[in-house]
Order: sequence, then structure tokens, then C-alpha cells
Amino acid sequence: MNGLRLYLRYARASVRMQMLYPGAFLLLAATQFLNTLISIAAIWALFDRFGGLSGWRFAEVAVFFATANLSFGVADAINRGFDVFGPQFVKTGDFDRLLLRPRTAALQVLGFELRLTRIGRLAQALIVLVIALPLAHGDWTLAQGLSLAGAVAGGVALFSAILILQATLTFWTIDNLEAVNVVTYGGVEASQYPLDVYWRWLARFLIFIVPLGCVTYFPVVYALGRTDPLGAPQALLPFAPVVGFVFLAIALWAWSLGVRRYRSTGS
Amino acid sequence: MAQIIAEGLSKTFRVAERDPGLIGAARGLFIRRHREIEALRGVSFALEAGELLGFIGPNGAGKSTTIKILSGILTPTSGRCEIEGLTPWRDRIRHVAHIGVVFGQRSQLWWDLPVVEGFDLLAAIYRLDPADYRRTLDRMVGLMRLERLLDQPVRQLSLGQRMRCEIAAALLHRPRILFLDEPTIGLDATTKLAVRDIVRTLNREEGVTVLLTTHDMHDIQALAERVIVIGHGRILADTSIGAMRAQILSERRLHVRFGGPAPRLDFEGIEVRACEDDRLELAFDPQRTPAAALIARISAAHAVADIHVEEPLIEEVIARFYDLHDAQEA
Amino acid sequence: MGPYLSLFATQFQLTLQYRTAAVAGFVTQCWWGGLKIAVLSAFFATSRATDAPIGLTQLVSYVWLAQGLLALQPWNGDPAVAAAVRTGGVALERLRPLDTYWWWYARSASTLISRALPRAALMVAFAGVALPLAGLGPWGLSPPAGLGAGLAFLVSLVLVVALAATVVMLINVLIVTTMTARGANTMVAPFVILLSGSEIPLPLLPDVLHAFLFVQPLAGVMDIPFRIYVGDLTGPMAAAGVGLQVFWTVVLALVGRRLLARAMQRLEVQGG
Repeated sequence: MNGLRLYLRYARASVRMQMLYPGAFLLLAATQFLNTLISIAAIWALFDRFGGLSGWRFAEVAVFFATANLSFGVADAINRGFDVFGPQFVKTGDFDRLLLRPRTAALQVLGFELRLTRIGRLAQALIVLVIALPLAHGDWTLAQGLSLAGAVAGGVALFSAILILQATLTFWTIDNLEAVNVVTYGGVEASQYPLDVYWRWLARFLIFIVPLGCVTYFPVVYALGRTDPLGAPQALLPFAPVVGFVFLAIALWAWSLGVRRYRSTGS
Repeated sequence: MAQIIAEGLSKTFRVAERDPGLIGAARGLFIRRHREIEALRGVSFALEAGELLGFIGPNGAGKSTTIKILSGILTPTSGRCEIEGLTPWRDRIRHVAHIGVVFGQRSQLWWDLPVVEGFDLLAAIYRLDPADYRRTLDRMVGLMRLERLLDQPVRQLSLGQRMRCEIAAALLHRPRILFLDEPTIGLDATTKLAVRDIVRTLNREEGVTVLLTTHDMHDIQALAERVIVIGHGRILADTSIGAMRAQILSERRLHVRFGGPAPRLDFEGIEVRACEDDRLELAFDPQRTPAAALIARISAAHAVADIHVEEPLIEEVIARFYDLHDAQEA
Repeated sequence: MGPYLSLFATQFQLTLQYRTAAVAGFVTQCWWGGLKIAVLSAFFATSRATDAPIGLTQLVSYVWLAQGLLALQPWNGDPAVAAAVRTGGVALERLRPLDTYWWWYARSASTLISRALPRAALMVAFAGVALPLAGLGPWGLSPPAGLGAGLAFLVSLVLVVALAATVVMLINVLIVTTMTARGANTMVAPFVILLSGSEIPLPLLPDVLHAFLFVQPLAGVMDIPFRIYVGDLTGPMAAAGVGLQVFWTVVLALVGRRLLARAMQRLEVQGG
């Protein structure tokens, strides 16, 4: 697909530009790694002291942790253009530049930057995942593996959707709303534990309103070979990530409305 | 059929009005008052392929609004526009593939990337055939003397060098139409000449249609035969520079240096503009008093060391034009 | 003292203007606090909860205090110092007939307090008043564990500002030495978050680490005052905690002064 090829060109150029400052890159990536490491260390400390959590073992919770951070890490790295869309493109009027090129605006915004420093979070999550998977349970089936992959894919789609919606809002508000950080960073934080640990109303909120549970909880429950303590039907669990993609479609539709408004009001 | 057709283009902006201070901001959350700004009121013109049109007007007259509508990034409130059969804002992606746009103050190249890598990225964006791209690139590099600039990151270039790269970047996909928005602003004299030269070559030799907005009248003088003057969102004139000069400010100036102190001249048909030691500056209407006759008359009566005739500066012509149409800066 | 106090006051007023930022941050902090409390209460439902060194209700207050006073945490250097380094104007700071360390210290302390006050007030209103009124007392911010605890907490809180400001000064020194804010502002935060008790209340970390965690300087930024508040540190232990805060404030201030002087000297040689 030509769009994909163009994205890869953008990505390569972005990586080259970031590598011009290797010291800063390493520092930021290392800090990210450290932050994520501290998070999992805190969880480990709690398990070490209390021995268990609502019937979950540490290795299982570690899988939830790794999946959530993997999803968000990828989405955060890819969607940097949407994250800074307001100040970078709307406030400066530079969005005009993108409209003057014979490509969809969204693709160009996506290509703005591939935030490599997020590799700190990604690497940490991968390490945890690799260590935790065999410890979580011994007999992994293909279906469970696919469910896990689906969880990551759905998570990337959902987090991307949230960032795209944030960018769409800036067509009206210019600057980013702090509240969206609650959904992204707060969402990752919440997803690090299986949702049945939280109070019922909070779990419901995270399943139906901001459907993080559909991408970071249900499919991982299935992948771990467990049944859902919240009572969701077992057969549906691996298909829950679809919700992430539906959200993404909605976000892109809202985006197109925002672009139309921009083109009618000018910069 | 003309290549670019604009018919009755109008654009009204709704700007939210807010009272100052905290109370105003709070009130603004509930009641939104709006002010309507008519940026364009029925702009119509047509351009044939290969023409070079200068677009001038005071700030706020509607020049950049027109360019934005023509390039497809802004949708008009009403009116019709067809460029090579496409409606710019409706067929955006197909339309922008065939036009090149250069904004004087803003760069479309990537700041940290070497120039040639930015070009390569644009080639990917415009889906250019590799062989075509190579050929066009070589041509542009030769035309604008970019050999030594290609490997430098854009941020290390001077403004003049950057502008040459900008124009090259806008032409990589061989557009048949070029929109230039204040291309010589902030450039030094040599670079301005270079840029004008490039534009002239593109227009005369390659047949690229050029629409140029500028405040610099020398650009107009050097490049444009046809000029559109826009003020308060309306077209005030669509004519040639020569015709405008003849119509608005048909006077000529005579500069005389005398052998001795400048004498007093008081015959009809002339107006003394300046008088200093041995120099005199006169204004006259060449229709009523032919230049040759005037020169002969003065030389016959006085000792003249030097004489030359001059047309008023184009800035004066335009300024007078704005005056007449009450079209000063909005 | 005059000029330092007036700088303090000016900076205070300036930062207090950012009210909207305070409200936005408040929502974030409520969310974070809520999540942490939910997780903790789930852990406390297990059988080993009875062995825990600190009770759930105490931890709940600890978490709300941590969120409400988050702005006191020394994560970043003073933005004015970062700006001065960026524009090359650090040397100009030396033109003032004042001690640079105390000048910057006053500014940092003022920023810390003025950023913390509105958020703390909001948090007290929410977790300390609204939640109990809604019948959710045990999930909210309980009052201090007694009059003595309350008073000791206030004393400790003042020392938090003094101590946090010395840490901010150390970050500032790092910024001046490396001539950029990038490294200093990112690298220090994770350590502060972990060692102050922000990520996880320090008593919940493994027992073997408790002695070390108590005496390290960052305990005085969050952990010690909060434990005094909830009654986990009493009598001699509370006094020891406060004593440690004083100790580290003095030590870090002295170290900070020495390092800043050296960094400034090097600047003058290089012409920064």
C-alpha cells in the first residue's frame, strides 16, 4: 500500500532526525525505562508483602502490566504528531502546509514523528512480558497467543483513537486539554491491574465508557486461561479488542469533521 | 477555455467576540457573540495557461484569502472556481497534485533534514516516478544553483538559500501552476534578482502559469504584465501596469541640472516639485506638453548641464490608486 | 532578608495566577489517588493483610495527602533557571548584589508553595470534606491522629518545603553544570517518585529496606510527614523523622551551595 510505504519513509526520516542527538535520546529512553521499571517493582513489592490479589498471581498481573504498557508505548510512539497537533499545527497555521500536499492529512500528521524515546517503556514492557509469560501458565495455546496479540493490537488502536480525538478537539480549543492525560496515562495506570480488582462502578466505567477493559483486560484474561471474575461470557473474551478498532473508526470520523471545519474557518 | 476561472468568490469569517477580563471570559462560556468579517466580496477573474499575474493590494485586502481558496485549503462562502476542470476545495488531493505553492515566510522543508533528503521525501509524497524525479531535480539544481546546498540541513541555510530551495521543492512535481505568496520578502537584493530570474524563466520557457502576490513593486515591474489590484475584498483593477500608470498618474518628471543657480521657470504645463542650488525637478503631463518640446524650450532659454526624464515610481502609482479607491490598509 | 522575601512574594503571586492549571491537575490527581486506593484495598482483602506494618485507613489518608501535596515534590528544576541557561543569561544572575543560592532558593521555595496551595485546598475539600459527607469517610482523608500528630505534622510540613527546595536547588545546579535542562529534569524524577513514597507508600516496601528508606533524604519530602499525620510515626520516632528532615536540609543546602559556587566559577571561565 502506497500509504504504508510513505509512512515508512516518514518514519525513517524521523528516526534520522532524532539520532542527531544521541545523548538526549539515550537519556530520555533510559528514564522511560526506569519509570516503567519502578512501576512493576512497586507491584512486585505489594505481592511480596501480601502474597496475592483477588486470586491473581504476580506473574499474571505482570502480563496485564506488560500488555497495557506495550499497547500504550506503541501508540504513544506512533501518534506523536496527533499529541502535539494543537500547538504544532493549529496554533501556527502549519496545517495549511499539509493540506497543500496530495495526501490525506491524517497520514501526514502520523508521519510527523516516530517518538523513539518511547522505546524505554516498550523495552521494559517486553522484558516483563517475556519473563512473565512462561511463569503465568505452562500450556499456551495458539488461541491464547492470538488473543494476547489481539489485546496489544486493540490497545494500540484504542490509545491511538484517544490521541486522535485529543487532536481533533484542538481544532476548536487550540491547546490540549489536560483532561485527556487522565484518560491516556491514567488509563494505562488503571490497566496495569486486572479490572476485577477495582470497585464495580470503576470497572464498568473502564469497560463501557472508555473501553480500556475491552482491549487490556478481557483478551488477556482469555490468554491466561482464566475465566472472567466479572462474569463476561468466555467465548466473547478474545474478540473484545474489536471495540478498540471501532473506537478508532469513530475517532477518524470525528477527525474528518474537524478538518472540514478548519478548511471552512481558515487559520 | 481559461486554465484558472474564479467567479464571484466570497468569503465571510465569523470571529468570536469576547469581552476582556475575567467576567467577560465567564460570560463567554454561555453567550457567544460573533462578528462577521467579509474578507472577499465577489472576486472574479480568469487566467490563461502560461500567463503571469501579479496580485497586489494593501494588507488585509484579501490576497492570502484568495490564494488559500485557489489552492484548495479554504472553502469559500459562495462563488465558483475551476482550475483545470477541478474545484480546488472539493477535489483537494487531485488539485494540489498539480499546483505548486510557495509561502514567503514559511518553509515546507524539514528543518533538521539535509535539503536533498527533504526533496526525496517530497518525491515520495507526490508519488513521483524515480526517473522523472531525478531529471527534474537535476534541472532545478542547475537552474537555482543548489549543488552546494543539497547536503546541508535546512536550518543551516541563509534565508536566500532557503528560498531557492523552497521554490525548487515546490516544482519537483512539475506543476503547471505556481502560486507565490510574497516570495521575495526579507531577501537581499542579489537573491531577489535571482528569484525573479527563476520565475521569469519558468514562465517564459516552461510555460508555467504563475500567480504572484507581493508588496514589492519591483517584482511586479520585473515580471508581471498583468496586474490585479484587490482592496477590501474586491477587485479594484485588472489591467496592465502601463495602462494603470497612464490612467492614474500620467505625469512624468523632468530633472534638470543647470550651469548656474536654477532659474525660476513659470510657464504653463509644468509644476515645480523641487528646487535646490543648481537642480530643478518638474512634473508635467506628457499628453499636453511633449517632453521633447519642454526640453527644447528650457535648453533654449538657459544653460543646461544635464537633463533626464523619469516616470513616477510604481509605488507612487499604486499609492495614488489606493487613495482613489480608499483602499488603505484595513 | 528584604530582597529575598520580596522575591518570594512576587513569585508566589505569579504562580498563583495559574488557577486553571490547578483545577485540571486536580482531576488527574483524584483519578490517581482513587486508583491507588482501589488497588491497596484489594491487596488488603488478602489474608496476609493483618501482618502489614500500617493499616488501610492510614494508607488511604497517606495517598490523598500525597496527591494533594504532589506539587511540593522536587521533580524539576526551576524553569527560570532553565530559561536562563538556554538564553545564556546565567551570568547575569551574578550581577545582582545578592547571594545566588539564596536568591534561587527563595524563588524555588515560593514556586513550590504557590503551586501546592490551590491543589492542596482542592484536595482537602474533596477528600477531606466531600467524601466523608457522602458517607465515604474511610475512603477519604481522615483527620490527623491526634492533636500532637497534627502539630508535629505542621512542623514537618514546613520542613518539607525547606528540604524540597534544597533538592530543587541541586537540580538547578545540575542544569547549570550541564548547560541544559533536559537531563536534569528527566533523570531525577523517577528517584524522587520512588524514594519519597509517591509511587508506593514506603512502609509497604520490603521490610529489609525500611531502615535505609527511613534515613535517606527523600523520605522527608513525603513519607515522614505523612506517617506522622496518620499516627504511624509517634513519639521518639516522629522526633527522629523531623530531625532527619532538618539534618538533610542543612546537608543538602551546604552541598548545593558548594556545587553552585563551583559551577558558577566554571561558567565565568567559559563565558557562559
